[in-house]
Amino acid sequence: RRRGRRPAAGSHRFREGSEAVGSAAAMLSRISQLGARGSCARPELKSILFSTATTSSHHDEGGDDKEKISVTFVNKDGTEKTISVPVGMSMLEAAHENDIELEGACEGSLACSTCHVIVMDVKDYNKLEDPTDEENDMLDLAFGLTETSRLGCQVIAKPELDGVRLALPAATRNFAVDGFVPKPH
Amino acid sequence: MGRRLLLPHTRRLMLFLRPMRYSASATATATAGSLRDPLHVCVVGSGPAGFYTAEKMLKGREGVRVDIIDRLPTPFGLVRSGVAPDHPETKIVVNQFSRVAANPRCSFFGNVTLGSDLSLSELRKTYDVVVLAYGAESDRSFGIPGEDLRGIHSAREFVWWYNGHPDMCNLAPDLTNTDSAVVLGQGNVALDVARILLRCTTELASTDIADYALDALRSSTIRKVYLVGRRGPVQAACTAKELREILGNYKMCLKNVNVYIKEADLATSPADKEEMRNSRIKRRVYELLSKAATVHQENNDNDRKELHFVFFRKPTKFLPSEDGSTVGAMELEKTLLKDDGATGKQVAVGTGEFEELKCGIVLKSIGYKSLPIEGLSFDKYRGVVPNLRGRVLSSESETATVEPGLYVVGWLKRGPTGIVATNLHCAEETVDSILEDDRKGLFTDPSGPKREGGRRAEEQA
Repeated sequence: RRRGRRPAAGSHRFREGSEAVGSAAAMLSRISQLGARGSCARPELKSILFSTATTSSHHDEGGDDKEKISVTFVNKDGTEKTISVPVGMSMLEAAHENDIELEGACEGSLACSTCHVIVMDVKDYNKLEDPTDEENDMLDLAFGLTETSRLGCQVIAKPELDGVRLALPAATRNFAVDGFVPKPH
Repeated sequence: MGRRLLLPHTRRLMLFLRPMRYSASATATATAGSLRDPLHVCVVGSGPAGFYTAEKMLKGREGVRVDIIDRLPTPFGLVRSGVAPDHPETKIVVNQFSRVAANPRCSFFGNVTLGSDLSLSELRKTYDVVVLAYGAESDRSFGIPGEDLRGIHSAREFVWWYNGHPDMCNLAPDLTNTDSAVVLGQGNVALDVARILLRCTTELASTDIADYALDALRSSTIRKVYLVGRRGPVQAACTAKELREILGNYKMCLKNVNVYIKEADLATSPADKEEMRNSRIKRRVYELLSKAATVHQENNDNDRKELHFVFFRKPTKFLPSEDGSTVGAMELEKTLLKDDGATGKQVAVGTGEFEELKCGIVLKSIGYKSLPIEGLSFDKYRGVVPNLRGRVLSSESETATVEPGLYVVGWLKRGPTGIVATNLHCAEETVDSILEDDRKGLFTDPSGPKREGGRRAEEQA
């Protein structure tokens, strides 16, 4: 991924040595160290994302050595996509690996609410560990929050969740000025 | 009004931009009646609103070219200059924005200021679609005596200062003339500035805080910060994560600070309870504040700093210091909450009881305000551009018409509230409006004034 950008034509009044340049470069380099897509910034979360469930005592030497579950994502327009997710992977990671349009602004660091998903079956919702305070803090801000909402980066695939259906929240809300009717043009 | 002479660098910029409209590509030629291909979009402002808009435009339509312009040489708006340095995870989203800018159909132009380098009308003549995403770079003010005393800054200026924004690197706030700072407002920005003032500088040293700010904070004599709000804990605008950070005892929380909250301030009325019933955020904020009020504060030795939550006080005057050179104290009026029949909200009304709070620096964190530009309709009362689902309207009156090809997104559209993610949905709505108008053929007018104006500009360049 290219980090340095050659100056675009409009920027040839670029102020050399300005404060902004130094701190911007420093910030960008620090930010890129924070984590590439799919990984996260907080070490304690890394272990959650990559832990495996120890339910099976025999190992497949030749085939997949990770158990997989089936997960169905339901898009805002109602279309569905069913994918296969290895146990231990987060729903956010699984969505991105399968080109499902689940946003993940903070890449799994519990610093945003954009990977918000709705667990469609309350039985599946109850199979999940309770959200931590940190996750609840982010869910507070989630758009279209429901009783069975969770952050996709905190829902980790486990065998009991096989067949789980996750809905992407309907995003568009009517921001229109109340009662306004524009003149035809 | 005669045609403005274009500055040399702007002429070069227009030349650079112009060829893209006539670039050869497999699907380039727009015939009368067919959709514009490629559709040329200019997004003014490169913060989250601008970048989410660019991303959704690129995804929403095959033949589209997006140019993002910003008056600063560097992109990302408040993600770069507003997010506190001790919140690096909130800045991770720049990775996503960088991927958008790396798209071959997208370009970023820094150092281009709408209103001086380019006028809005020039932009509208150059592009099929212009989306204004330039946010809110001014502040609400109290309009009370003494507001122009030295030592009184808006939180926006202070935040820009410690984040290295080029406009504020010379702010030089005096952090050495006092032990008490007052922050007016109790939203997340207020908590941010309080936290940066109180955080141990060795922790700040490992962040991307501006070096000169770190130096100033190292020699700061501020030991007490007062967070003053007109209303009560139920109305405080901050959210749980930020409160937990100030009150908690985990690794990255604020350390060595005693937090003071008066139990009497926590009394709730039936109207308060109703507000909390309707809002999960308020319930959790109130719970955190209540728990904090009951924590017994150890006797304060000199090592520990203080954070005071002051509720039900509204500022009435800023008073000068003894030598008159800077602010020395604030006059505050006690308030009561009354139901505002019209909106159903509770508003603070003065009780006629006043008190004084000594301080040497005041940070006003009562909200941002957008700036109007020439040629753009503006609702001065709400501080936004009048719009209908992102389509700019000619005025805020009922007889307004839609301005063709002109859209707005982000704080300039909704007002200056919300988090990074709020712009996601805001951008979706505006892009939906643009694509709807595109499907209706509103951007195809090969013989229209736009192309003529563009050719004229090119001749002048």
